[in-house]
Amino acid sequence: MFKTKTKILQLTVTLTACTFLLVPMILSVMAGVTANYFQGISSGLTLKWVFRVWELYADSIFLSMWLAITCLIATLIIGLPAAYGLARHPGWLSRLLEEFISLPLAVPGLALALALLQLYGSMKGFRASWTFILVGHVLYTLPFMVRSILAVLASMDLKTLEEGAASLGASPWQRFRDIVVPNAMPGILAGALTVVTLSIGEFNLTWMLHTPYLKTLPVGLADSYASMRLEVASAYTLVFFVLIVPLLMAMQWASARAQRISQ
Amino acid sequence: MTFRLTNTAKTYPDGTRALLSTELTVNNGEIVSLLGPSGCGKTTLLRIIAGLETPDAGSDIWFDEDNVTSLPVERRKVGMVFQSYALFPNMSVRANIGYGLKMQKLPKQEIDARVTEVLEMCQLQKFSARAISALSGGQRQRVALARAIAPRPRLLLLDEPLSALDASLREVLRDELAVLLREFNITAIFVTHDQDEAMAIADRVAVMSNGRVVQSGTPEELYRNPNSAFVAGFVGNAMLLDGKNTGNVLILEGGELKLPSEGTGQNVFVRAEDVKIDDNGPLCGQVETITFLGTHYRIGIKGITPNLLTSVFAGQSAPKVGQRVKVAIGPEALMLLPEGAV
Amino acid sequence: MVSGESEAGWAIYLDILRKPRYLNTLVLTVLVSLATTVAALAISTTAGMFLSRNRFKGRGILLSIMTLPLAFPGVVIGFLIILLGGRQGLVNQITPGHVVFAYSVVGLFLGYLYFSIPRVLLTVMAAAEKLDPELEEAARTLGASPYRVVVNVILPGLMPSLVAAGAIAFATAMGAFGTAFTLATNIDVIPMVIYTEFTLSANIAMAAALSIVLGIVTWALLLIARSLSGTTVAAGG
Ligand SMILES: Nc1ncnc2c1ncn2[C@@H]1O[C@H](COP(=O)(O)OP(=O)(O)OP(=O)(O)O)[C@@H](O)[C@H]1O
Ligand SMILES: [Mg+2]
Repeated sequence: MFKTKTKILQLTVTLTACTFLLVPMILSVMAGVTANYFQGISSGLTLKWVFRVWELYADSIFLSMWLAITCLIATLIIGLPAAYGLARHPGWLSRLLEEFISLPLAVPGLALALALLQLYGSMKGFRASWTFILVGHVLYTLPFMVRSILAVLASMDLKTLEEGAASLGASPWQRFRDIVVPNAMPGILAGALTVVTLSIGEFNLTWMLHTPYLKTLPVGLADSYASMRLEVASAYTLVFFVLIVPLLMAMQWASARAQRISQ
Repeated sequence: MTFRLTNTAKTYPDGTRALLSTELTVNNGEIVSLLGPSGCGKTTLLRIIAGLETPDAGSDIWFDEDNVTSLPVERRKVGMVFQSYALFPNMSVRANIGYGLKMQKLPKQEIDARVTEVLEMCQLQKFSARAISALSGGQRQRVALARAIAPRPRLLLLDEPLSALDASLREVLRDELAVLLREFNITAIFVTHDQDEAMAIADRVAVMSNGRVVQSGTPEELYRNPNSAFVAGFVGNAMLLDGKNTGNVLILEGGELKLPSEGTGQNVFVRAEDVKIDDNGPLCGQVETITFLGTHYRIGIKGITPNLLTSVFAGQSAPKVGQRVKVAIGPEALMLLPEGAV
Repeated sequence: MVSGESEAGWAIYLDILRKPRYLNTLVLTVLVSLATTVAALAISTTAGMFLSRNRFKGRGILLSIMTLPLAFPGVVIGFLIILLGGRQGLVNQITPGHVVFAYSVVGLFLGYLYFSIPRVLLTVMAAAEKLDPELEEAARTLGASPYRVVVNVILPGLMPSLVAAGAIAFATAMGAFGTAFTLATNIDVIPMVIYTEFTLSANIAMAAALSIVLGIVTWALLLIARSLSGTTVAAGG
C-alpha cells in the first residue's frame, strides 16, 4: 500500500541521516580511547590519550570556560537592559536597533573578525590580551541573549504590569528588579545557556583573533587536528563532547520552556 | 444513499474506549443529527464513517450494498465539513470548492460549471476570487459546505459546523443550513452538542452518551417519549421528581402526586413547562428565584423536591420571591422511566 | 574593512568577477552551497515530517542524535568527516582500494550537510507541529491521494519555513570557515580565500572586499529567512 511504502521510505531516510550523523561521533569517541587506532580496538582501550590531552591542552579548556563565563556576564549586563529598553519602547527605532544588534548573527564570523582586526589590530596591548577575544565573543553572542529575553518580554503586557507596580509606589529601579527581571527569567536562562554553549564552541572568530599564547578549546582542537596523532585529536574531541553535550541539552530544555511560556 | 453501520466500536491506542459497539442506519436523503455531551464519542463516530479513523475489528460500514469498512477515505466519496472548516489557505475560494472535482480529474470546463453552480447555491459568487483569509466566519462556513458538496458525495458529514461562530450568527446560519441541506437533497450526518441545533436541522436525532447511541428518533419522539433518564434530561431538560414512589402515588416533600400508571421502581420526570402554578394544585412550595425572560418567567420553587423545581410561568403578574404557591402537574405530563444513572 | 574603498576603490569588486581565480571560487562556493541546501532540505523535511507525525519507541533517541550536532563547531565537523573519509577513515578501511574523499568537494559537501541537517530539521519540525492536521484530512475526504496531499497541502503549509531553512542553510554554507579550514586544503571556497588573502598574501583589500560581498549576501538571505519564520540561527561554522 502506498501509505506504508511512504512510511518505509521516510524511515529509511531518517535512519540513513541518523547513521551519517552518529557514525563519525562514535568513531571519534572510539579513536579517543583506543591504544592504537590504526590497529583497531584489539590494541586495547586506554585513557592515556585523554590524559595526554589534559597535559597539552588544559590551558585552552580553562581559557574557554573563563571566556564563556565572562562573556555571559558581559552579555547579561548589556543584553538585559537592552532587551528591556527595546521591549518597553517599540517602534521603528527599536526595530532598527534590534536589527543592528543582530548584525553579527548574519555576517560570517570570519568577516566580523577581519573588521575587528582592522579596527583594533594596531592597539598592541589590547590585541594580545584575552579581552580582545572576549569582545568578539560578546559581539557574536549578544543577539542571542537579547532576542531570547525580548521574546519573553514581548509576550507579556509589560507596560500594564509596570503601571500596576508604579501605582503601588514602586520606583523605576524597583519595578525593573521586582517585575521585569523575575518575569524575564525563562528568557534569561535560555539566553544564558545559549551564550555559554556558543562561546565554548566558537571557532571562526576566535581563530582569527587568537594569539599563540591564547588558545581556546576549539582553536586547540584545530591545532590538534593539524599536528597531533589521530588518537590525541579524538581524545580532545571527546573532552569537548563531554563538555558541550550537557550544555546543549540544558539549552534546548530551557529554550523550549521559554518558548512555552511566551506563547 | 442508505448508510448502515453495525457493531462498530473504537478503542484508541492509549486504551480509551471512545465508541462502544454501535448500530446506526441513515435512510436515503435523511438528515440525522448525532447529539450528545462533550466527549461522548460523536467526533469519533463521524471520523470512522468518513474513514479518517480505523474502527476496531468486527465493525462493518455499509454504503448501500458496498462494504466500505476498509476503503481509504479518499475513495469513500464522502463530503466533510470540519469544525475548523480546514479551508486551504493557499487556494482561493474557487480553487477550494473545485479541489474535489479536480481530484476526480474532471475536464476543466465541467469543473468550472459545477463550481459556479455551487457558488450560486451557497450565494458565494461575489467571493469566488477571494483568499480564504479575507472571509468572515459565516462565509468560511458556507465555503466549507460548498467544497464538501461540490463533488456530489454519497454522504455528507458535518462536525459541529456552527460552533466556530458567535451566538447570534449561529442561529441565523442554523436555519440557513437546514434549508440548504434540504435543497441539496443529500444524505447527511450532523454532529452537535446543542439540542436546539439538532432539532432545527435534523429529520432524526441520535442521542449519544458515553460511547453509545442511547436513543434515536424524530425530535418530537425524543421529547415526548425519552427512553432513559439521560435522554429526558439532555433533550428538553426534564427534572427528576425525587420522592418516595409507592407505585400509585409519588410522595414529595411538598405534597403528593398521582401517577398515571403503575410506577414501581420507576423514576418520575417532568418538564418546566408542565409545572403549573395553580391555586388548586396538590403541591405546596415557596418561590426562591424569578427570572424574567421576555415572553415568560422562569420561577424556581423550593420545598417540593430536594432541588429547586423550575416552572415556566406565562402570566402577567408573577408571584414574588418568598411567596408561598400551590403547584399542579398533570398526570399526563409525568414521564416514568426506569431507575438508573441520570 | 574600511581600507578597501580608498586606493583600490570599487575596482577591487570588479576584480572578483574578472579574475578567474576569484570567479571560479565564487562559482564553486555557490554550487556547493546550493547542493548542500537542496540535500539538507530533502533529507530534513522527510525526516522532520516523519518524526513529527509518528510516535514510536526510539523516536526521542533519533531526535537527539539528529540535533546533537547543533553544538559542534565547523572544525569538529571537519574532523568527523576526516574520520569518515580520510586516509585513516572508516570508508577507506572497510572498502577495498583507496577511497579518500574527505579533502575533496564531496567531503566539503558532506561537512556542510552535517552542519545543516539539524538546523533545517528543527525548523521543519517546528513548522510541521503548526500544520493543521484537519487540512490534510479535508484534502483526503475530497479524494486526494497521499501524493496530492503532500503537494497541495503539506508543502504549501511548510513553504515559508522551507524557504527560511533553505536560506539559512545556503548562507551558512557560503560563510562556513571552520569546516573548510579542516577539509578544504586543496579546494578554494570563499572563506578559505579570504583567510589566505589575509594571512598569507597580506592582500587585505581583497580579503575585505570578499568579506563585504559575503557579509551582504548572508545578511540579506538571513533577513529573508527571519521575516519568513522568525527564527534565530547563527551563520558561520
Ligand atoms: N486520538 C485520540 N486518542 C485517545 N483518545 C481520544 C482520541 N480522540 C478522542 N479521544 C477520546 O475519545 C473520547 C471521545 O472523543 P470525541 O472527540 O469523539 O468526543 P466528542 O463527542 O466529539 O466531544 P466534543 O463534543 O467535545 O467534540 C474522549 O474521551 C476523548 O478524550
Ligand atoms: Mg467533537
